[in-house]
Amino acid sequence: MLVYGLINSVILALMALGFNLTFGISGVANFAYGAIYIVAGFITWTLIEKLGLPHLVSAAAAIVVIGLFGMFLYKLVLKRIRGLVISEVIATFAVALVALELLRYIGFIGFRYSLPVFIDGSVEILGAYVDIQRLLILALSILVVVAQYLFTHYTKLGLAFRGIAQDEHTSLSLGINPDRIASWSMGIGCSLGAFAAIVILPLGTITVDSGYDVLINALSVCIVGGLGSTFGVIIASFIIGYAQILTATYISSHYTIIVSLVAILVILALKPSGLLGHQKELEERV
Amino acid sequence: MNILEVKGITKTFGGVSAVADVSVNIEENTLLGIIGPNGSGKTTFVNIITGFVRPDKGSVVFKGKEMIGLPPYRVTNLGVGRAFQMVKPFFHLPAYKNIIVPLSSPRVRASSGGGYGDKDAMSLDILEEVGFERDSSVPYKTASVLPHGYLKRLELARLIALKSEVFILDELFSGLSIAEVTSITPIIEKLLLDGKTIIMVEHRLKELFRIADKVIVLNFGKKIKEGVPKEILEDEEVKKAYLGVEV
Amino acid sequence: MKERVIDGQNYRKERIARCIKARSDDIYALTSQKEMWYLLFPRIVPIVGIAIVAYLLPIYWKKVILTTCIFAMLAVSWDFLSSCGMLSLGQALFFGIGSFAAGGFNHYLHLPVYLTIPLATVTGGLISTMILLPVIRLRGIYFAMVTLILPLMLMRLIEATKLLGGTEGLTGLSPFPNEWVEVTLIMAAMWAALFGLRRFIASDYGLIFVSIRDNDRATMASGINIYAFKAQALFIGSSVCAFCGAFMTHSYQFTGMPVFAMEFSILPIAAAAIGGMNTLAGPLLGAMLLVPLSELLREFGTLRIVFYGAILIICVIGLPEGIFHYLSRKYNEMERWVKIE
Ligand SMILES: Nc1ncnc2c1ncn2[C@@H]1O[C@H](COP(=O)(O)OP(=O)(O)OP(=O)(O)O)[C@@H](O)[C@H]1O
Ligand SMILES: [Mg+2]
Repeated sequence: MLVYGLINSVILALMALGFNLTFGISGVANFAYGAIYIVAGFITWTLIEKLGLPHLVSAAAAIVVIGLFGMFLYKLVLKRIRGLVISEVIATFAVALVALELLRYIGFIGFRYSLPVFIDGSVEILGAYVDIQRLLILALSILVVVAQYLFTHYTKLGLAFRGIAQDEHTSLSLGINPDRIASWSMGIGCSLGAFAAIVILPLGTITVDSGYDVLINALSVCIVGGLGSTFGVIIASFIIGYAQILTATYISSHYTIIVSLVAILVILALKPSGLLGHQKELEERV
Repeated sequence: MNILEVKGITKTFGGVSAVADVSVNIEENTLLGIIGPNGSGKTTFVNIITGFVRPDKGSVVFKGKEMIGLPPYRVTNLGVGRAFQMVKPFFHLPAYKNIIVPLSSPRVRASSGGGYGDKDAMSLDILEEVGFERDSSVPYKTASVLPHGYLKRLELARLIALKSEVFILDELFSGLSIAEVTSITPIIEKLLLDGKTIIMVEHRLKELFRIADKVIVLNFGKKIKEGVPKEILEDEEVKKAYLGVEV
Repeated sequence: MKERVIDGQNYRKERIARCIKARSDDIYALTSQKEMWYLLFPRIVPIVGIAIVAYLLPIYWKKVILTTCIFAMLAVSWDFLSSCGMLSLGQALFFGIGSFAAGGFNHYLHLPVYLTIPLATVTGGLISTMILLPVIRLRGIYFAMVTLILPLMLMRLIEATKLLGGTEGLTGLSPFPNEWVEVTLIMAAMWAALFGLRRFIASDYGLIFVSIRDNDRATMASGINIYAFKAQALFIGSSVCAFCGAFMTHSYQFTGMPVFAMEFSILPIAAAAIGGMNTLAGPLLGAMLLVPLSELLREFGTLRIVFYGAILIICVIGLPEGIFHYLSRKYNEMERWVKIE
């Protein structure tokens, strides 16, 4: 149980990281995130099954393609409507609709779509059998978080990211181009989403409808954790993740969604900026 | 009599100490000036008094009532009004409609006996008081097209509409021409004559010192000096804080 | 500013307000018949036009008109909320709650239609407001995100708890007496919502709501309890949606999980984006265009939604102010070319 809760939490966190990164840096709420997750899954599937490429190559290709797609999305669409919150939401959501429904139209529905696991088999930990894939998710998630930390604290681009996140105008005067940074943040955010898809999707099948679920999960976790705060996202994933597993084992798996719902409402009522929302955001939000 | 007593308020923003242990008493019907270099915590100080920011420590007592923890609209309704440094008009509304909003507040309704009078006329009167020419089209223009000077006057008009007892003016003069400042100063002097208490945050020291009864100086969130304008002008530490050099 | 050259002379486009409009917008202050017609024309034409279409067309199109009116009301309510500074991505929440309320009253308490609809409107509004009360302090995108996930979660909740008919829904609810009543009622409700809300927003009391969108901190600094006002706005807005939900429920004699579908949240926003936000009439116009369009695209199956998304993206980028602003400018202002000296 302890182990399942951990893994469930980590999956939630991994799903949310990309969304959170984009929002934290450029302030764009990318509602196309869920769609991108699913599209990444289908791209990988197509590369593996139809073109017969090796697994890792396909995965890498999907991540790159999705990242580029994110950047183009910013350059072509979002850049023109930057700052108009409603338009941003409508545009990204419309992109999600187009992508997901197009997939549905082409016929990517059914149970035959699933990605292969990286390593088969399972091991016993604390009396529970756990697939190696799940352990791999754990390891990779930690890796992503560490990489993200190193990136934002030690590379030039990463530091520019943080600058923009903190104060767009000051950064502008220091010669940082916010549009470039924002498009990078979209790209990297989307790539993270694709990465999450490739490691998480092998646990089940790829369905178009789960695109919406991914978005909901990412949103819930980010809202509870405090948008833009990576650490908050991780904590929030653990709270929601464990709460879900606890209800699933002791009450019924049907009620997990209620637990998330209550968690969100309670936390927001008590602390409107989320668990670890920044002061600056607090001012914007309350 | 002290109308407002501020004791030991402290606020840190993620490591930055914006206001550190500042205390000051404000006597009724006086003008207190607050000065200090950029980022010294003046606006944060105002935000705390008016309920927009909750301090880590300290108390603010207005006429014997503790105000920390009250939301901004309660503070306003008690009689402490504030003008924003960054003007905050309702951009989509005409200037005179901007004043209808404070005229609809519980405070005004209670004071004018139900307050079902002609709000448009009342708001035009108030706007005239702060220098909107009544017979021109200026009061009817949308706030988004008004020049900066008028927006500053609009901030002041809001406080007058609210019948505030304490006027907190955060850098009212910034960005105004000398001519505009000289035309607004009499309005402030008139408020003092009417028995109001005024707190002015200012960078325009010359204009401020002419009308202030007492001045406090903030630097890095700390109060480094309190006194009448003349004392402040001659103080070495204040000069150092402003000029950033050892004197 | 547009410019062009005719016969070697530079011309510039100038806009001037038609003088009638400049004098007054208030119908009681009009002085001539001409002015009256000038103001009434854009109001009467759509009312009469839609009524004619609704009464003359065959039964299938009556249903389309019905759906259109319902979405138009959802869009107007969305725009009202956004005028009060609340960006809702969850009209489906309000709609669904109203629908289930009507369904519940009818199914379990056997109340007749003319009672369930008003009851569901009020209780639906109340319940929706209660649910959102904890997050009423959130602003902008944060509020939006919460409203987006709530209806989807409620859908799961009903699925999980098997309450209110669970996945099956409640069927066999009482219908309206006949489709004439139905169509007349929904059109009346739609125009009432539009003109009622427009009048409300223009009043001194409504002004406070609009000021919250412009700058909620200044509203607070004006001594207004913005949370109380936002709650009122939520109640008004969600009641309108709840009415739509209740109406739809009786029209289809069914309520169930689909009432929380994303469609009911997204389409109103799309309509508002295309029609022009913060005008109330714009979103209605947008819905009048979008819903019949989507009906025409029905034969394309799910590809319909793809077209839809594409149209949305193009509109958001290419026509950011919306159709209504454009039209009203053309109607209220004259354009002419003047020489540049
Ligand atoms: N909401 C906030 N979040 C984080 N830091 C803040 C916030 N508000 C103010 N600060 C910080 O607190 C310090 C004091 O700021 P404040 O705005 O009070 O200064 P000020 O004296 O009004 O300056 P100015 O003369 O430029 O108006 C600054 O370092 C500022 O960056
Ligand atoms: Mg300041």
